[in-house]
Amino acid sequence: MSRLGSLGARLYRGEVGYDFIGSRKIWYGISILITITAVVALAVGGLNMGIEFKGGAVFTTPSTSATVAQAEESATSASGHQAIVQKLGNGTLRIQITEVDLSKSDAIKAELSKDLKVPEEKINADLVGPSWGEQIANKAWTGLGVFMILVVIYLAIAFEWRMAIAALVALIHDITITVGIYALVGFEVTPGTVIGLLTILGYSLYDTVVVFDSLKEGTKGITKQTRWTYSEIANRSINGTLVRSINTTVVALLPVAGLLFIGGGVLGAGMLNDISLSLFVGLAAGAYSSIFIATPLVADLKEREPQMKALKKRILAKRAAAAAKGESAEDEQSYEDDVIEEPAPAAAVVGQRQQPPRGHGRTPGKRR
Amino acid sequence: MAAPKKGRGPSGGQGRPGRALALILIAMVALTGGMFLSGHTTPRLGIDLAGGTSITLKAKSQPGKPDAINQTNMDTAVSIIERRVNGLGVSEAEVQTQGRDNIIVNIPKGTNSKQAREQVGTTAQLYFRPVLAVTEGKATPTGTASPSASGSPKPSASPSSKETASGSKATPSASATTQGRAVTGALTKDTSPSPSASGTPKASASPSASVDPATAELQKKFAELDCSTKAGRAKAGANVKPTDTTVACSSEGDAKYVLGPAEVSGTDVGSAKAAVDQQRGMWIVQMDFTDKGSKKFQKITSKLSTQQSPMNQFAIALDGEVVSAPQVNETLSGSAEISGSFTQQSAQDLANVLSYGALPLSFREDTVTTVTAALGGEQLQAGLIAGAIGLALVVIYLVAYYRGLALIALLSLAASGILTYTLMSLLGPAIGFALNLPAVCGAIVAIGITADSFIVYFERIRDEIREGRTLRPAVERAWPRARRTILVSDFVSFLAAAVLFIVTVGKVQGFAFTLGLTTLLDVVVVFLFTKPVMTLMARTKFFSSGHPWSGLDPKRLGAKPPLRRSRRVNAPTDPKEA
Repeated sequence: MSRLGSLGARLYRGEVGYDFIGSRKIWYGISILITITAVVALAVGGLNMGIEFKGGAVFTTPSTSATVAQAEESATSASGHQAIVQKLGNGTLRIQITEVDLSKSDAIKAELSKDLKVPEEKINADLVGPSWGEQIANKAWTGLGVFMILVVIYLAIAFEWRMAIAALVALIHDITITVGIYALVGFEVTPGTVIGLLTILGYSLYDTVVVFDSLKEGTKGITKQTRWTYSEIANRSINGTLVRSINTTVVALLPVAGLLFIGGGVLGAGMLNDISLSLFVGLAAGAYSSIFIATPLVADLKEREPQMKALKKRILAKRAAAAAKGESAEDEQSYEDDVIEEPAPAAAVVGQRQQPPRGHGRTPGKRR
Repeated sequence: MAAPKKGRGPSGGQGRPGRALALILIAMVALTGGMFLSGHTTPRLGIDLAGGTSITLKAKSQPGKPDAINQTNMDTAVSIIERRVNGLGVSEAEVQTQGRDNIIVNIPKGTNSKQAREQVGTTAQLYFRPVLAVTEGKATPTGTASPSASGSPKPSASPSSKETASGSKATPSASATTQGRAVTGALTKDTSPSPSASGTPKASASPSASVDPATAELQKKFAELDCSTKAGRAKAGANVKPTDTTVACSSEGDAKYVLGPAEVSGTDVGSAKAAVDQQRGMWIVQMDFTDKGSKKFQKITSKLSTQQSPMNQFAIALDGEVVSAPQVNETLSGSAEISGSFTQQSAQDLANVLSYGALPLSFREDTVTTVTAALGGEQLQAGLIAGAIGLALVVIYLVAYYRGLALIALLSLAASGILTYTLMSLLGPAIGFALNLPAVCGAIVAIGITADSFIVYFERIRDEIREGRTLRPAVERAWPRARRTILVSDFVSFLAAAVLFIVTVGKVQGFAFTLGLTTLLDVVVVFLFTKPVMTLMARTKFFSSGHPWSGLDPKRLGAKPPLRRSRRVNAPTDPKEA
């Protein structure tokens, strides 16, 4: 604790900090690169859609001595389609047959039972009609659309439209990356994946919203001071909530990691694995985007406002004047020193309730 | 935005930690008590965890009838499927609509998917069959039946032939009586070869067939047929081919029939509707036949109208049960009326059955999932282990990072866990909530969301301490801002869950439901538990003195020495901050 705790303290006071906003172009670039890769992968390779989207049958036998080849032959001959058979860790066989007619599945099951010498009622079957996946996908798209509209409205009301847009961009970014990774690696896309993907929606925004909350707090009455530009305050907001962001992400990832471990390691395949895999990827992307994409984007949008432009001008002029006066090289660097010496007055700058400049309010970026 | 505006300021939330705690403790005790009282101490498990068969049906849209998929039709379909499925003899099969056009059929423990699928059946199973004999609905004690009972031992049966069919002038006539010779007469028509029926004297029962030893087997079945139980009724109609002579029960169970081969099927009916007979002021059902059906119906009625009661009746058999058995008094064709002691509801039900066949809509199987109990148990176990691992990791992290504060986090997680578990258990019987694998996943994922609220609050408190405040004011000042952050982020999370729940089907819904539920509980727990406990803990020496293990040691947190406290006088009670 102590190390991270004191790091938290230093981040909090602005003693240390990474200039997220200043280096935003790099991160934008990286994100654009990843996104392009994802889109290309999606366009070229496409997604490896699971049986639920193509229609077909998956049979899972209890632990059996039958070999994969045996099962494959039996299933292929019974169905007339090529069967894909996997032996799972616990000795069970997973037999997957795509595009098989639902009405034939009972016959195939009977055949398998006979050939593999397992009682028919011990075989698990998952039969999916050809239009089921389409239905799921359509509903997922609808859900995605509805959610995005609602969230943009909510954020525009709760914060402001610029933040809503930035959050939306971050959200699309996260989903694109996750889907892209699925296309690149070739993980199978199942309804579980879709569930995980849709859950990312909430999570990704959860993180973003917390940073925005701090940003909103920090920039209250920003025009009434001439010390920091919007971007600088935004940067401090990110740094100030960094410890919380890290903690949140770690705490969210730990249970998912547990799921992934059990789902992948013990059960071999299935719902647990699918949900947790897409969640894992999406959560990581979400944590990244709320820090590196969403907030810098807000700052960018905000700096275009005439008011903010004017503010920036004034601040730069003031700093130039101070530098000219040769007082103590009042540039970026020393403003941080300044903060160390006197953190409390910083809040006055942010101008909560027009306190006198020596007041002791909050430093920007303090909320987490 | 989402934060309530009340209770701001350091003194706001401090006053009554006991009251909030008492409230949530009462809630927990009440829920736990309710859980034990109701006898549902574990959440109801979904098919994928308990084993069983789950079938998803999707209503097919019919060209020309865009409004056919509506709530009424879906409900009718659900009740019909429910009746069929429960006839399988397995308990607690559940049928429910989901979304606009899906029906989910869950058959716990039943892994004979073939039988289940046949039973759920997507095709009409409605037939018009001539009545050959009818008697009281009970099973006839086989021991007492004498082989020579050629007469009619139970002439008293007055079965449910309440309705009478006729062209225009329907005659509500007296009910049929049992006639032994009815069976024998009818059975002579039976084409199925069945020699040596006389060799089974025990079997021949009330409507005995001493004249013609036709189908002893049928007689036996008829004698043993017990229409007083649901399962018995369903069994009678199971696996009967339309071309067979068969036995059947009335749907009320008060009569049993021997029925001839089906002469007209449900598809021959063009349309049917319930109407009020103006002259007699009673509910009747009017039906029109298709051209083909009209000819068939003409044939059967001309034959039946010459017969004596009860053989002048035809039975409308739906899924093996006789829903109505009107008498025919004349040859009919084209259209017919069925009259009798209908209520509006029963007339409409019958009209529905007649016009849509068995189901008011045609359905398509979208998924059929069969999970053996073994696999279900395995998955449940895996889910629980995954949850335990996830929880343990979170606990370790929290303890390592927050030390003493982690105790409060753990207590809160426990409170949240108790509330979640009891609610899930109670929601099973209340709204049919079943815990499936995705729901378990949702609960595990929710550990993160819940823990995050504590992190938000703890970090705020630490910031206040870094400002140089002592713990008690820090706890109070940190709360209003943490509260707002928690509410805003939980709102977004809940929004995602709600949208997911509304637009999706099946497994995804279970996940969304758990996620939404736990998000709500998170808010409840943080407000009514974490915050009050934090306030109380701040009064203990361990925490307030900033013990190194409390997680709130000002030195470790790098707090400002409180030397500027005197200058602070004008600021701290700023309401906007708090």
